[in-house]
Amino acid sequence: MDKRIRVLVAKPGLDGHDRGAKVVARALRDAGFEVIYTGIRLTPEQIAESALQEDVNVVALSLLSGAHNTLFPKVVELLKAKGMTDVLTVGGGVIPDSDIPGLKAAGIAEVFTPGTPTTAIVDYINANVK
Amino acid sequence: MANETLKAGFEAYTAGVVAKFDKNPERGNLEPNRLYTPLDLEGFDYERDLGLPGQYPFTRGVQPTMYRGRFWTMRMYAGFSTAEESNKRYRYLLANGGSGLSCAFDLPTQIGYDSTDAMAEGEVGKVGVAIDSLADMEILFDQIDLSKVSTSMTINAPASVLLCMYIAVAEKQGVAADQLRGTIQNDILKEYAARGTYIFPPKPSMRLITNIFEYCSKNVPKWNTISISGYHIREAGSTASQEIAFTIADGIAYVEAAVKAGMDVDDFAGRLSFFWNAHNNVLEEVAKFRASRRVWAKVMKERFGAKKAKSQMLRVHTQTAGSMLTAQQPNNNIVRVALQTAAAVMGGTQSLHTNSKDEALALPTEESVTIALRTQQIVACESGLADTVDPLGGSYYVEALTNKIEAEAWDYIKKIDELGGAPEAIAKGYIQKEIQDSAYKWQMDIEKGNKIIVGVNKYQTKEEPPKNLLRVDGSVGEMQAKKIAALKAKRDNAKVAETLAALKVACGDDSVNLMPLILEAVRAYATEGEICGVMREVFGEYKSHVAL
Repeated sequence: MDKRIRVLVAKPGLDGHDRGAKVVARALRDAGFEVIYTGIRLTPEQIAESALQEDVNVVALSLLSGAHNTLFPKVVELLKAKGMTDVLTVGGGVIPDSDIPGLKAAGIAEVFTPGTPTTAIVDYINANVK
Repeated sequence: MANETLKAGFEAYTAGVVAKFDKNPERGNLEPNRLYTPLDLEGFDYERDLGLPGQYPFTRGVQPTMYRGRFWTMRMYAGFSTAEESNKRYRYLLANGGSGLSCAFDLPTQIGYDSTDAMAEGEVGKVGVAIDSLADMEILFDQIDLSKVSTSMTINAPASVLLCMYIAVAEKQGVAADQLRGTIQNDILKEYAARGTYIFPPKPSMRLITNIFEYCSKNVPKWNTISISGYHIREAGSTASQEIAFTIADGIAYVEAAVKAGMDVDDFAGRLSFFWNAHNNVLEEVAKFRASRRVWAKVMKERFGAKKAKSQMLRVHTQTAGSMLTAQQPNNNIVRVALQTAAAVMGGTQSLHTNSKDEALALPTEESVTIALRTQQIVACESGLADTVDPLGGSYYVEALTNKIEAEAWDYIKKIDELGGAPEAIAKGYIQKEIQDSAYKWQMDIEKGNKIIVGVNKYQTKEEPPKNLLRVDGSVGEMQAKKIAALKAKRDNAKVAETLAALKVACGDDSVNLMPLILEAVRAYATEGEICGVMREVFGEYKSHVAL
């Protein structure tokens, strides 16, 4: 059986900036993870459903539009509601430092801001995936 | 022969330099040659390759005197929160020497959803101003004389609706449509390929664009009906050559669609405009601007038989590269933007937006926007870069680079033609894949240290989190919801239903120009979501295909 870590890279909301999401998805794949990229403009419901269907270990959310405080916590809630309590959920994008404590309190395990090397994301997932 | 002497001299020079590498090694990973000489411009023909400014092939610029007559339009892209807030920012920018407006709309507006739509949750007023109906648009341009200002609107899939709102606001101000000046982005192909705010599938989208070309050529003749955009392709990670190649390929598709719809190329081509990115590599960017003008001039003259000079000119708006702003040491961004501004000006742009130093973190504050605007004014008034036309023309390096970028662009355009044109190349995922590969290579170059970004992978310092970032009021969504409820209670709902029903019928008949029907619905205060909703019902929605 394939024991590789499965990661869903997803873009909630209406933001079309997917350069970062695609670069991260590819870097994770090159690092040996099984990566599913959802494409842009998904609702939190669609993302949680994909996470369940794809049976992933990690959900990586990317958002550059400023809607992260609304949409990231919503994805976490829906994952919990579907019983996916052991999924590691991380986020990235244009996210001011002052928003990070709130996001962490809402269940986003880590937030990666602009300039983060992809290796830092790989290392974090390897160290923290359940 | 002089060339023979030069060749011998150049070889001796190279041998001498290489011999000293032990003592004076060169930096690795350098793309350009060490030195450019006339040997790099073999076959160069001034008349054919450059010509005079304002003349075919417009390499040196589209106007005869460029900035000696007047500077480029300093057009700062702005918009956030409500129409009231954004109107204040516009009037501030105009009072401080901004010479044109540029409207940023929030994502629900860009994708044809009202602020109350479930899909709009969390996004209302965030990346731009929320516009739900003509009532918001009236507030947005309150006390701004639309007969005097030119306005650019970054709106694509629902461009027809927002343009009709603008026309309707002007009517209320007593300004006739034929007096209006400005631009709608209206470039759907790059939305599919790189930016993501599409609504409808390609066929009805191309129909809407052609409808706008036709309507404006008769009714809004001073309006730039499209801004064919490389900016977002570059932001998504493309190279300079890919930016102009993919964009010009999109331009070819729009011209083909309009010609196929029965229009004469010289009736609309003069109102086509372009949008370039001003990236970090100053001289490569200058060469890109020059090469793009030459390619477009040839496309229009040779491929489409355009006769008017105006139809052959690539007129361009420019924005400095948002993706090159760093969240680290944000003050450094002021310097980056100044260099990018220099590139755009030496490249001969017609208008320019300069990004603010804090935009890797949030929307800009008034203070940081002012610095960005002042940067343009310093380049214009103090640097001397605007004092002569095409100041780098004749530089061995810049001419060689212009030739190289042009050649690479033609290769891509040929490849896209073979795939069946830009819409097909996008449907096959070819353009997206090329952009993604370049983006990934860029990131890996940074992570391997082949490319240095100051403050990011070299010269880092320990920093305090930045203060005074702009925050959009979280209650904008609620405010807009109240406005919509009040509007629906006040307007003539029978009239709204009637105009929407007429629009729906017309959507089903390809021979009808939809613009007059959309204008009627807008005048009746139908919301943007209602108008786009009708079109969604008939046209369906585009679903993107994702490949990594």
